[in-house]
Amino acid sequence: MTDNAAFAIRARGLTKQFGELVAVNHLDLEVPSGQIYGFLGPNGSGKTTAIRMLCGLLKPTSGNAQVLGLEVPGATNELKPRIGYMTQKFSLYSDLTVQENLQFIADIYALPRRQQKARIDELITEYHMLAQRKQLAGTLSGGQKQRLALACAVLHKPELLLLDEPTSAVDPRNRRDFWAQLFELADAGTTILVSTHYMDEAERCHRLAILHHGVKVADGAPGELQAATGMWVIEVLADSPRQANQVLMAREEVVSVTQLGVRLRVLIPQSQTDPKQLVQSCLDSNAITATVNLVPASLEDVFVASTLQPGSKQ
Amino acid sequence: MIFPTRLIAIMRKELLQLRRDRMSLGLIAGIPVMQLLLFGYAINMDVRNLTAGIADQANTHLSRQFIADLEQTQVLKFHYNVAAPQQLEELLRSGKISLGVHIPVDFDRRVLDKSRTAADLLVDGADPTILGVANQLANTPVRFDTGQRPVKQARTFEVRSFYNPERRTVVNIVPGLIGVILTLTMMMFTAVSIVREREHGNLELLINTPVSTGQLMIGKVVPYILIGLVQLALVVTIGKFLFKVPVQGSVLHLYLGAAVFIAANLSLGLFVSTIAKTQFQAMQVTFFVLLPSILLSGFIFPFDGMPRFAQYLGEVLPITHFIRISRGIMLREASIFELRGEVFMLLSFTAVAMTAAVLRFSRRLD
Repeated sequence: MTDNAAFAIRARGLTKQFGELVAVNHLDLEVPSGQIYGFLGPNGSGKTTAIRMLCGLLKPTSGNAQVLGLEVPGATNELKPRIGYMTQKFSLYSDLTVQENLQFIADIYALPRRQQKARIDELITEYHMLAQRKQLAGTLSGGQKQRLALACAVLHKPELLLLDEPTSAVDPRNRRDFWAQLFELADAGTTILVSTHYMDEAERCHRLAILHHGVKVADGAPGELQAATGMWVIEVLADSPRQANQVLMAREEVVSVTQLGVRLRVLIPQSQTDPKQLVQSCLDSNAITATVNLVPASLEDVFVASTLQPGSKQ
Repeated sequence: MIFPTRLIAIMRKELLQLRRDRMSLGLIAGIPVMQLLLFGYAINMDVRNLTAGIADQANTHLSRQFIADLEQTQVLKFHYNVAAPQQLEELLRSGKISLGVHIPVDFDRRVLDKSRTAADLLVDGADPTILGVANQLANTPVRFDTGQRPVKQARTFEVRSFYNPERRTVVNIVPGLIGVILTLTMMMFTAVSIVREREHGNLELLINTPVSTGQLMIGKVVPYILIGLVQLALVVTIGKFLFKVPVQGSVLHLYLGAAVFIAANLSLGLFVSTIAKTQFQAMQVTFFVLLPSILLSGFIFPFDGMPRFAQYLGEVLPITHFIRISRGIMLREASIFELRGEVFMLLSFTAVAMTAAVLRFSRRLD
């Protein structure tokens, strides 16, 4: 297997600067073919900019990328028929019906006439839009719009699918269905790059990269990332969690405390030998009764740990 | 063939969107009909029944006869009869009259004295049309005897009016109005089209598909050429039956000329659309072009009478060339071949604007 076949996307030092702002900063990326690769990061972390550079919509300030073996942005025109792109904002025509939008996309990708009808019917069934076939796209619900957008993005059976926060306007039930469809596409051999700011979605990806202020701060399979945080995660169940939060944050060894209802998740660097004892004694000395347990890191812990600014606390 | 498929896809999409846009659909028919009715009835260069005032201080047989003769011309109508010229000035200043006639006490004597003028004509000279009328009135002869004909004056020219023997303004207005209507509606359609796609987010998707810039531009222009020709048919039909404005020349030639003119306007609109950031900006630019199109194209003021600089500006506007074509074909029975110079100008304009639009259009977001 050559490198190009193994990796759908390879990027080296990809950088995009808008004036003073460095939106994406020296991004190195390797997306294996046939997998779902996640971009996890808060708003403004450079996810959209990175995706736009990869499909040729933005010209990188520096660095280079090969997408499906093609140089970007040099060979953008050759690339376009082979990728599908779903924008963050709904970008189909609201004043055309579901059927008309699909037909338009089929024509634009120059699908042979004979195949068009069968392909559109297939997508309408598969994406549960039979009842909405003649409905104007602008009047669809959030979930329906997103299904239509995905159907349009995959209509020409692209090898690579770039999805920019596809589920941001969708309820949890529809998100589950949507991910089921993504897995089906991946099984059929499509490589998918999807950006999200939901932890549970990131967890579903085969691999993911965490972006923070345009910098990739971690990447790997979710399990690998969880194993390699370099942090102990201590869960504290306290009577007065807010007070416990304050005393723990005052400790030099503690890098982060996150409150989840009555529970606290405390991150302590693995250089500490007995983190559980450290937390317990700290709480005891402040007369706070609490149950303290060492737990495995969640993806959110990974995210918090990898986006910590050196010397600051969260 | 891949090229027509994509081109047809864009064209069909434009027409589908237009079909759902009831407001725009209404304007396609509404603008020509309304403009034609408004301009056809309101613009009238034939001056009739100007409101006037009279101060007859002589009040003799001769002066009364003179006033009756003035009214006979139908150019003015006396609405105010006052005692002194000062009152005429007041009426003029307050805008109640456009013309004032002052006949002094010694009118009879002054008429006989060739070295003096017999009466005063007070004019609201701010309107050159009215001033022109006043100059004609100044030559009204004074008759001493009701039975006697005025002394026959030798005329330098005998005016023979070709093409519009009845001297009706509307005959000249309708061919020009076709140009104004097509400039307004055609430019508006394409000026907002790309901006709208950008505002709605459609463009980000579209430029990520294999559709080329040329296909996108041409696909956006062609459907509107057909719509423009429908508008032309509407104006010509109403012009013919309501205002009796004929098409002396070939209708086919008129359509050919109009098609080229429409393409020029649509291309200009597309170019605007690649520059404007919002639909509002695109509309403003459209009106920025529309005003000189009305004033500098020869639509209202005779082109030859304009200052040289204004003529240069006018030559740059597509409508100037189209008005020459439409007046030529509709009024003077000219053929499109005789007007090929104008057609060539329109074709060049289209090519330049279209090229500029394609070059300006970026298939990237930065």
